[in-house]
Amino acid sequence: MKESGNILFCGVGGQGILLASEITAFALLESGFDAKKSEVHGMAQRGGSVVAHLRYGQKVYSPLIDPGQADFAVAFEMMEAVRYLPFLNKNSKVVVNTHRIAPPAVATGKMTYPDNLLSELTDRNIATFPMNGFEIAKSVGEIRSANIALVGALSTFLPIEEDLFLDVLKKRIPKKLDENIAAFKEGRKITS
Amino acid sequence: MTTENTKWLSGNEAIARAAWEAGVTVASGYPGTPSTEILENLSKYNDVYTEWAPNEKVGLEVGLGASFAGARVLVTMKHVGLNVAADPLFTASYTGVRGGIVIINADDPEMHSSQNEQDNRNYAYAAKVPMLEPSDPAEALVMLKQAYELSEKFDTPVILRTTTRVAHVKGMVATSERKLGPVPVEIEKMPAKFVMLPANARARRKVIAERQEKLEVFVESFEQNRIEWGDKKQGFVTGGISYLYVKEAFPQASVLKIGSTWPLPFDMIRSFADEVEELIVVEELDPFLETHIKAQGISCIGKEKIPAIGELNPFIIKKALNVDTGEVFAPVDIPARPPNMCPGCPHRGIFYNLSKHDVFVSGDIGCYTLGFLPPLSAMDSCVCMGASIGVAHGMDKALGEKGRGKTVGVIGDSTFMHSGITGLANMVYNKSASTVIILDNRITAMTGHQPNPASGSTLMGEPANAVNLEELCKALGVRNIRTVNPHDIPATKKVLTEEIERPEPSVIIARAPCVLIPEERKRVKKPLTSIVDNCTGCTACIRIGCPAISWVPLTPEEAKKMGKKEKQKGYSRISVEMCNGCCQCKTLCKFDAIAEVEGN
Repeated sequence: MKESGNILFCGVGGQGILLASEITAFALLESGFDAKKSEVHGMAQRGGSVVAHLRYGQKVYSPLIDPGQADFAVAFEMMEAVRYLPFLNKNSKVVVNTHRIAPPAVATGKMTYPDNLLSELTDRNIATFPMNGFEIAKSVGEIRSANIALVGALSTFLPIEEDLFLDVLKKRIPKKLDENIAAFKEGRKITS
Repeated sequence: MTTENTKWLSGNEAIARAAWEAGVTVASGYPGTPSTEILENLSKYNDVYTEWAPNEKVGLEVGLGASFAGARVLVTMKHVGLNVAADPLFTASYTGVRGGIVIINADDPEMHSSQNEQDNRNYAYAAKVPMLEPSDPAEALVMLKQAYELSEKFDTPVILRTTTRVAHVKGMVATSERKLGPVPVEIEKMPAKFVMLPANARARRKVIAERQEKLEVFVESFEQNRIEWGDKKQGFVTGGISYLYVKEAFPQASVLKIGSTWPLPFDMIRSFADEVEELIVVEELDPFLETHIKAQGISCIGKEKIPAIGELNPFIIKKALNVDTGEVFAPVDIPARPPNMCPGCPHRGIFYNLSKHDVFVSGDIGCYTLGFLPPLSAMDSCVCMGASIGVAHGMDKALGEKGRGKTVGVIGDSTFMHSGITGLANMVYNKSASTVIILDNRITAMTGHQPNPASGSTLMGEPANAVNLEELCKALGVRNIRTVNPHDIPATKKVLTEEIERPEPSVIIARAPCVLIPEERKRVKKPLTSIVDNCTGCTACIRIGCPAISWVPLTPEEAKKMGKKEKQKGYSRISVEMCNGCCQCKTLCKFDAIAEVEGN
């Protein structure tokens, strides 16, 4: 595994993206890496497209991932995975929640939600790991654990022991810990 | 690794921590992205008084008073906020301080959440005050503490400038304990310094000139200005976030990192320039460093290569300097996902109604600026905090009779308290015929729900007076004041029509709390659902643009199968998970196709 990396988290405001990136950052820090994370607040959060950049290594300067430089991406919504395509490269690994959230133009019937979005990734030979985070979350009995299931899927790519990740979950998730751990483990299965 | 003394903090959290460590006892400001979280975090520390002021000008004036009393003070605002606070700033440069005062100015290159991308480094030069710029959260903590020492040593306010990628970036930060400042907190009358009438101000003007000279000497040995020698083929002069981008893009190059954006260490820059083959200035937005470096007769490469618009990143800098960046996937054309008002947002009902009126809607700064977006598309101007009222009045005066019943200003409660009151006084005084709608959702919503003078609580969580907006408007001389529930669209429509047509100033207070404030989140919601059998596909509910309502298209066969007319093109569906039960859609449905979810 590489000793430095760039992880892009993207989705729709309100999906728990910031918590997911925060948990991942803590796991990297606990593993002895330096890390930086960049987020955007304010206007961008009202149901709009949201992105967080997380970079780790021995010493991290820039908090932003350059275009084409994301080693890993976690897309909380299918269309958002494609929106951030310019950040990916042919060696990127992408976890995609197959959940669909209609943007305003689709919800009002002006446009349609595109079909075959995943092929935009696979056609470019990007390693794509689709998963239904919502179904996993329902199956473990906590509908708000989809983001942790996605982090679970991401976790197998990272130079972090599973136990260390679980310790971070224990420290950082205040409620429904068992359900979140179950979601995390189900997520790991997707990419193991 | 996080330990007791090293913490994972955002730039804003680090600034709050630094203020506490520096012994700050008074802090004021007005919320504004990307500065808001500083005071929110500082309010959680013991032994610091924190408050939200109604606007940045008041915030800085409060800060000055506390400084005159000897306290160390923090004042926070976003870049456009410093325009509002510019009046006290320019004269605070003359009065100087007793206790150290630092203004946090958060610029927003790329305009992630702003109406312009002004470069406030220019303010430091114009107001003749020092400005420091950190590159990341760890430096923000160190520099803010140094800024207090500078403020007291040189008798000046100091500006610490962040940008979005410093304020909202998280990184590891070394922390330490709190140490109070050296100035005794007491009344000490210093009229020659604090009373800025012409005779005193002329004397202080000379003090500023002397101070500037001393600062120019100081910055040559200030530890935050440093040279990192590498390959001398290219030498970069850079500061703030741009420094990190340069280190990432050109790890081998020589770099002069500027920590004191004003004044600049010109001797250091000159000697650096002498040593490198090519001097390149990398900075976001204006050619600020470049202009001042060139004015010293030092030649450099700058904005002829580095973009002056928007944020930079390592990729952009490499491209600008002709370094190969490899192939990058082109974007794919997919539907945009702009931000939207939340399900249950009270503003939606007002803008839906306004979209039915043939009026010019002058808008303002807040969540409700989203009323501009389709499908509501009911905002025709948005300039700055409070401008909605002046703009409506100005249009009314220009249009004369043609404009009767055609101009409406829309402003939020917090924005009204910030800078709408004077505009409304003017409107009455100068006999406008415009209508003002105050969207009173009880909170400053856009920036994350900060209380304001009309909310009834303080930043420190204490109950407080809530300005009575009706009484305030009445005192300003408004004779027609109506209060409506914006969720009731037909009832609001009636009031809007009456008041817009009235040939004298009216205020309509649309009162309903933001759905995201804690009390509303706790309220038991009664979500709605669409009764598909009754839905005729008329799209009345779709046209309010609620995220919880979506259109399900039908083919003629599918419509027929569902027992509907073949020409019905679809029906609407309400997401029970997203619906907040505001019932705006229900007030528009003529076919009984929207009802409460049973069992709720």
